[in-house]
Amino acid sequence: MEALDTWMLTLVVGLPALGAIVISLMPKERVQEIKGLSLIFSGAAMIFSFVALMRFDFDNAKAFQFYVSKTWIKTINSNYTMGVDGIALPMIVLTTVLTFLCVIYSLKSIPKPGRPKAFFALILLLETGMAGTFTSLDLVLFFVFWELVLVPMFFLIAVWGSERKEYSAVKFFLYTLFGSVFMLLAFLAMYFRSVGPDGGHTFDMLLLRGQNFGSDAFMNLIFLGLFLGFAIKVPMWPFHTWLPDAHGDAPTVGSVLLAGIMLKMGTYGFIRIALPILPDTAHTWAPWIGGLAVISILYGALNCLAQRDIKRLIAFSSVGHMGFVMLGIATLTPIGINAAIFGMVAHGVITGMLFFLAGSVYERYHTRDIPTIGGGMMHKMPRMGSLLSYAAIASLGLPGLAGFWGEIMALLAAFNPAPGLSNSLFRTYMVLGGVGTILAAGYLLWLVQRVNLGSVPEQWAKEPLDDVRPTEWAAWAPLLVAIVGLGVYPRAVFDMTDGAVNALARVFG
Amino acid sequence: MPLDVDLHLISPEIILSAGLMLILLVDLFLEDKRRWLGGLLSAVTLLGATAALLSLLPRLLDGPGGSTFGQMYVLDNFAFLFKLLFLVAGFVVVLISANYLNDGVRSTQGEFYFLLLASILGMMLMPSARDMLMLFVALELVSAPGFIVAGFRKRDPRSNEAAIKFFLFGVLSTSIMLFGMSLIYGLTGATGLTDIAAGLAGKGDDPVAFAAILFIIAGFGFKISAVPFHFWAPDTYEGAPVPVAAFLAVSSKAAGFAGLLQLMFVAFPAQANSWAPGLAILSALTMTVGNVLALAQTNIVRLLAYSSIAQAGYMLLPFGVVAGQGPEVMQNAFAASLTYILVYAFMNLGAFAVVIAVGRSKPANLISDYDGLGHRDPRLAVPLLFFLLALAGIPPLSGFWAKFFVFGSAADAGTTWLAAVMVINSVIGLYYYLSVGARMFLRAPPEGETGRFSVPPLVMASIVMMVIAVIAVGVYPELINHFSPNSTLVASP
Repeated sequence: MEALDTWMLTLVVGLPALGAIVISLMPKERVQEIKGLSLIFSGAAMIFSFVALMRFDFDNAKAFQFYVSKTWIKTINSNYTMGVDGIALPMIVLTTVLTFLCVIYSLKSIPKPGRPKAFFALILLLETGMAGTFTSLDLVLFFVFWELVLVPMFFLIAVWGSERKEYSAVKFFLYTLFGSVFMLLAFLAMYFRSVGPDGGHTFDMLLLRGQNFGSDAFMNLIFLGLFLGFAIKVPMWPFHTWLPDAHGDAPTVGSVLLAGIMLKMGTYGFIRIALPILPDTAHTWAPWIGGLAVISILYGALNCLAQRDIKRLIAFSSVGHMGFVMLGIATLTPIGINAAIFGMVAHGVITGMLFFLAGSVYERYHTRDIPTIGGGMMHKMPRMGSLLSYAAIASLGLPGLAGFWGEIMALLAAFNPAPGLSNSLFRTYMVLGGVGTILAAGYLLWLVQRVNLGSVPEQWAKEPLDDVRPTEWAAWAPLLVAIVGLGVYPRAVFDMTDGAVNALARVFG
Repeated sequence: MPLDVDLHLISPEIILSAGLMLILLVDLFLEDKRRWLGGLLSAVTLLGATAALLSLLPRLLDGPGGSTFGQMYVLDNFAFLFKLLFLVAGFVVVLISANYLNDGVRSTQGEFYFLLLASILGMMLMPSARDMLMLFVALELVSAPGFIVAGFRKRDPRSNEAAIKFFLFGVLSTSIMLFGMSLIYGLTGATGLTDIAAGLAGKGDDPVAFAAILFIIAGFGFKISAVPFHFWAPDTYEGAPVPVAAFLAVSSKAAGFAGLLQLMFVAFPAQANSWAPGLAILSALTMTVGNVLALAQTNIVRLLAYSSIAQAGYMLLPFGVVAGQGPEVMQNAFAASLTYILVYAFMNLGAFAVVIAVGRSKPANLISDYDGLGHRDPRLAVPLLFFLLALAGIPPLSGFWAKFFVFGSAADAGTTWLAAVMVINSVIGLYYYLSVGARMFLRAPPEGETGRFSVPPLVMASIVMMVIAVIAVGVYPELINHFSPNSTLVASP
């Protein structure tokens, strides 16, 4: 078992990439085998993440478990260092589960122009990048995985997307690269001013904690670099403009993975790297980040009210929801950070579900334009309609469903932020965030009204639109269960995160 | 006094000289249809020289290497790395030239190989030369055959134009450089690099020394196609035979950098405060102009030409950060430049190899010729995608580490503005590399064009080798770092 524990994370991260390589060596005509292999490899990664979940020592959630560290690039003291604590573990499980569900969903519906071989290989490669980001404890390794997601996602959008797919894919790639290169510069700046165990420099995230990187002005520059990298990925207003385009034009599973997991890489970066390594600088900038978070909440909600395109609407709602996550982080309190992680998981599950639904609706109606769909989906496809209502209501934060806890606790945390942060400022944020939840209820209920209710327009009355299919049920059932499960039993997540978060937030008093 | 020459130390150069003369001789007696033998002989010569070079490796691992001709000619790990690069890159150029020449200029290909090897011989001298005059001779030996091979498609006016532009720019910049060198000699009375450094040690802000260094930079600036000495490059690359363009963009540029590294870090370290800011501006200009002009290109060779100008800007960046810094930063900067040149060579050669393969059926070399290549011939499209992403610096491919170390040198020295310029340039660069990639996989091939290209096995072999190199170094960069780029050259700046 010890060997398994050591290599557990390597299996979770590596199996999908191995699957991608195997698939790319297959002849492209053997579609069934390719699909089978994708299921096997993503399923195996998921099973190993479950094994990790079961073998995880919850009483010691602040420690990095399944830790492995091997020499990689000796000249710069960069190592293959991986480990998960209570903060990373939920993200890993979310990653493997969502990817597996995306593979199931794609068994029956690969968008134009087909080409299953490349499609599945890219999804698996993407999974490796995402899982690797959440497990790396070495900045260089983290960066390599962070960038690894860009190429597969670029092609997923550019090849299998719709409308202005090429434009959106390029915009996504360039925008995120722009941020991440600044982040790399910040990593390097920390490296060259750090002191490692052998007197040299270090890229080890844990060793970098509590080190002094020079003057306040220089620390601010480093923080700015990190902030650009992470905030673009989240994305926070005003760095969000790539997101609606990428989401709008991405294929369904591309949107699910983008919203469900990739956005979390940004918030995870704040929690894993920016806060623990630069606590004082983070404290200085927390009010500004909180401010941007609140603007994101309100801006996202207001934009949602103006959208006609169902996928762009959900994309903008992501900007808002990630705003709550960032608000939780900006309070620098255990409650806020716990809320942020819960919000990340909940958003992954709910928005993943919403994008699945949007994709399936698009597949039937061949349009994403809400007025063209024109209502009456409850009559036309009652099951699909109910699921949309369910997911939308979960998204607006109804108590008892997953969306509730992340938002309410982020707002609660803003009432009482970390010592040294202005109470009155953060309470203003709380009020504004509260307004955001009302707006969210507004646009989501309005979405349900415009799509589900009313009578079926003539255009669709004679069209044979089939309701939820078996593969869709298979892909969605776990998410539907998770939405209510996390809603009534939030401890499932908090038990994991609490210990690690408390250890992290201690530096902020 | 018997002349004490370490023959083992110069055995690669001896083999190379013997080989190139043999080729010239043998070519006299060959019929036209047998002239490809020159290519075979070149490949064998290069392999022989490589073997001789590798036989010197134990001496480097055990000790500091060696020198001969009274310290004028040195083999240290810096020289070893560069020589290996020149021999391997030369070998690949021979591989990708063979079919191109045999189809295009069959009757004169013997001369081509002779000139190619002569130029490589000059390159071999470059990183070993620790004397200003010897550096100059080496640089001329690199350039002069280059002028001729650039015009090798004799009946094509564009090729003639390429050669003439290359020649005129080359001669002009050489004369400026020579003037700079004469000033240095006047100041110090020495031609040995370490003697010059000693002579200039106390003259940190001597205006004459500054002017002389500026002139010398201009000369090398031409060789490495740095802005504003770059004007010849796009036209020459486009007009010259494509393998020659690859040779100029990779080997010739690396040779220029080998010389520049030695002069700046060995002969002029005391003047770093005056030349570093200048090279910082040069670097920023070079990458920006190269990248921005690359955006507008419609010809793939011109695109690669501007990309190689931009890449030269990245290679120059570490030179720009060393003003007022200690030995550690100097070391890192030197190593970053060196690493970039080595990594760049192989990704760029790979890209050129694919261009040659496609160019056999599409001699116009338009970027639009690559539409739908991913559907037509994934054997070429997938490797080209790898090379382009590597040039853009996306991990886990080799080019990422090149950029990584360059960024590292900037972060180390705290030269924030230059790093920011490079970030923005990386994004611009990614855009045009990516648009070629997108064409290959997102567009449909032109009407009625289906089926694979005919790719000569030698070209395919080079492509495969370069892909392996790009991925292997990308996943395990220790492969290049293992040679410890921390050369003895900058031991005590």
